[in-house]
Amino acid sequence: MAREVSRRRKTVVTIIAWAIGLLIFFPILWTILTSFKTEAEAIADPPSLFFFDWTLENYEVVGERSNYGKFLWNSVILAVGSTIFGLMIAIPSAWSMAFQPGKRTKDVMMWMLSTKMMPAVGVLFPIYILARNTGLFDTHILLIVVLMLMNLPIIIWMLYTYFKEIPVDILEAARMDGASLKSEIIYVLTPMALPGIASTMLLNIILAWNEAFWTLNLTTINAAPLTAFIASYSSPEGLFYAKLSAASTMAIAPILIMGWFSQKQLVRGLTFGAVK
Amino acid sequence: MGRITLKDVTKSFGETQVIPPLNLEINDGEFVVFVGPSGCGKSTLLRLIAGLEDVTSGSININDMDATNIPPAKRGLAMVFQSYALYPHMSVRKNIGFPLKMAGIEGAQATKKIDEAAKVLNLTDYLDRKPGQLSGGQRQRVAIGRAIVREPDAFLFDEPLSNLDAALRVNMRLEISELHHQLKTTMIYVTHDQVEAMTMADKIVVLRAGNIEQVGSPIELYKNPQNLFVAGFIGSPKMNFINGTSALEYDAHTIGVRPEHLRASKSEGVWKGVVGVSEHLGSDTFLRVNVDGIEDGLVVRAEGDVELYHGDTVYLSPENDSRIYKFDRNGQAI
Repeated sequence: MAREVSRRRKTVVTIIAWAIGLLIFFPILWTILTSFKTEAEAIADPPSLFFFDWTLENYEVVGERSNYGKFLWNSVILAVGSTIFGLMIAIPSAWSMAFQPGKRTKDVMMWMLSTKMMPAVGVLFPIYILARNTGLFDTHILLIVVLMLMNLPIIIWMLYTYFKEIPVDILEAARMDGASLKSEIIYVLTPMALPGIASTMLLNIILAWNEAFWTLNLTTINAAPLTAFIASYSSPEGLFYAKLSAASTMAIAPILIMGWFSQKQLVRGLTFGAVK
Repeated sequence: MGRITLKDVTKSFGETQVIPPLNLEINDGEFVVFVGPSGCGKSTLLRLIAGLEDVTSGSININDMDATNIPPAKRGLAMVFQSYALYPHMSVRKNIGFPLKMAGIEGAQATKKIDEAAKVLNLTDYLDRKPGQLSGGQRQRVAIGRAIVREPDAFLFDEPLSNLDAALRVNMRLEISELHHQLKTTMIYVTHDQVEAMTMADKIVVLRAGNIEQVGSPIELYKNPQNLFVAGFIGSPKMNFINGTSALEYDAHTIGVRPEHLRASKSEGVWKGVVGVSEHLGSDTFLRVNVDGIEDGLVVRAEGDVELYHGDTVYLSPENDSRIYKFDRNGQAI
C-alpha cells in the first residue's frame, strides 16, 4: 500500500513539475514557433500552434536586413569580457573575505549587495554623461566595465559561499609547505573551487548576454549586441511579429544551447552548499 | 638545526588574552609535547610558532634568528594537521611533492625525494591515488610525508592522531617516535592525551589557560608535579586527592596518592570503603572505592587479578609515605 501511495504521489509531483516547466518554457516555444510562420499567420486569431505553413522566410529577411554576425560577436565580447574581468576582481575579493575576514566584512558584503537593490535607471543619467564626455559611448570597453560592475556583487557573493566551503586547514597547509599567496591561490584554492568558479562564470555569461538595459542605452552601432538586434525589429510603425520572433530566436539560441550543455554544472553550482 | 625560543610571547583575540606572557626554550632535536585540556591554548601556541597566527607581543626566535614577523612559508618548519589537510585534487605523489615544487625542486631530484619518503612511510603502492581513496592512517602518513620531504628545521604536529581509531593511534604513535629517532629533528607535538605525551616526549609542557604549569621530562612530571593540576593531569587513572583530617596528618591542605601506590586489603588499612566499580583486565584490576569523608572516592590499581567485586568492603593504605604528594592551600606542592 505504502508503495502504491508513494508511486501515485510521484506521478502527481512529476506532472506538476512538467506543467510548471512547460509554463516557463512556453513563451520561448511560442517565439520559436512564430518565427516559422508568415506575418499573417503570426497575428491570426485564433492562433495555430503547430498546423501552419512552416517557412524560413523570416530568417532569410532578418539575415539580409541586419548583420547578425556583428551583433553576435559583440555579445560574445561583452559577455566573455565582462566575465573574465569580473572574475579577476572577484576571486581575490572573495578570497580575502572568506579567509581573512575583518570586523566589517559582513557589512561590506551587505553594502555590495545593496547596490543591486537600486533601480539601474537611477544612475543612467550620470553614467550616460560620463560615457559621452570620455568618448567611451558605444565602445566595448565601456559596456564590459558597466556589465562587470553590475554583476560583480553577485559573483563575489557566489564565490564567497564556495570558498567558505573549503577548509582553511588546507590553505594553511599550503602556506606551511612554502606556498606564496599567489601559489596558494593558483595551485590550491582555484583547483578546489573550480566547480564553483565554473558555475559562477556560466551564470555571469548568461546574465551579461541577456542584459538589455545598459546595452540598449549605451550603444548605437559599434558595440551593440544581440539585445539591440532584437530591439531593432520592434518598430513603432507596427510590429512584424514573425520577424521579431526570428530575430529573438537567433539571439537566444547560442546562450540556450550553452545553457543546455552546461545545465548539470549550473544546477550543481547553484545548489552547492545548500545541502550539507 | 631546530632551536626555538619564545620570549614573553602573548596572544590576544580581541579583548581576550589567550596566552599570557610566556617563555619557552626548545632545543635542537628535542621531542616536545604540549599537553593540556581543550581550550588551554596549546594549539594556539603551536600556530604562533608556525606563523599561522601573529603574536600580540614578544618574540619568537628560530635558530637564534628573530622569526616573529617572518611568514609561515619562510620559517623552515613543517606542520601536520589534525584534519590531515591534504590537497584533494592532487595525487599522493603530488601532495608529497608540493613543498618541493614550492621550493623550486622538480624533476629527477624531486622524484627521488618523494620515493624515499614514500618508502619510509609505506606509501609506495599508493603514490598515484588521490587522498579520497586512502584510509585515515594512510592519509595521515601522506601528511607526514609532505612534512618530511622538506627536511624542515622542526616538525609541528597538531593533534595528528585524534581522528584515528584506538589501535591505529597506538601504531602511528610508535611510527612517529621511530621517525624522530631516525631523523633526529626537533618535533613539537600538541595533544590532549596525556598517554601520548608520556610515551613520546623528551620534554612535556603542561599548559592550562595559556599558562605553562610545568616543563619537564615525563618521569619528572610524574614524580615531582609542582601543583595539583599537573599532579591530576599526568598519570592514568588520575591521582586521588584527599582533603581534611587525613591531609592534616601530613601537614598539608591536600594530599595525593596515585592509584598504583595504594594497597587494597580485605582486613586492615587506613581508609575503609566499599567497592563501587571493579574493572578486571587480567593484568591489572582497577577498583573505584567509595570512602566516607572522601568526596570523589579512591581509585586503586592492583597488579594481577584481585578477587574484589562491587559491594565488597575493602581497606586501602598508601604503599609508603614517600609516595604521598603534599599540596598547600593554593595547590602548590610542598
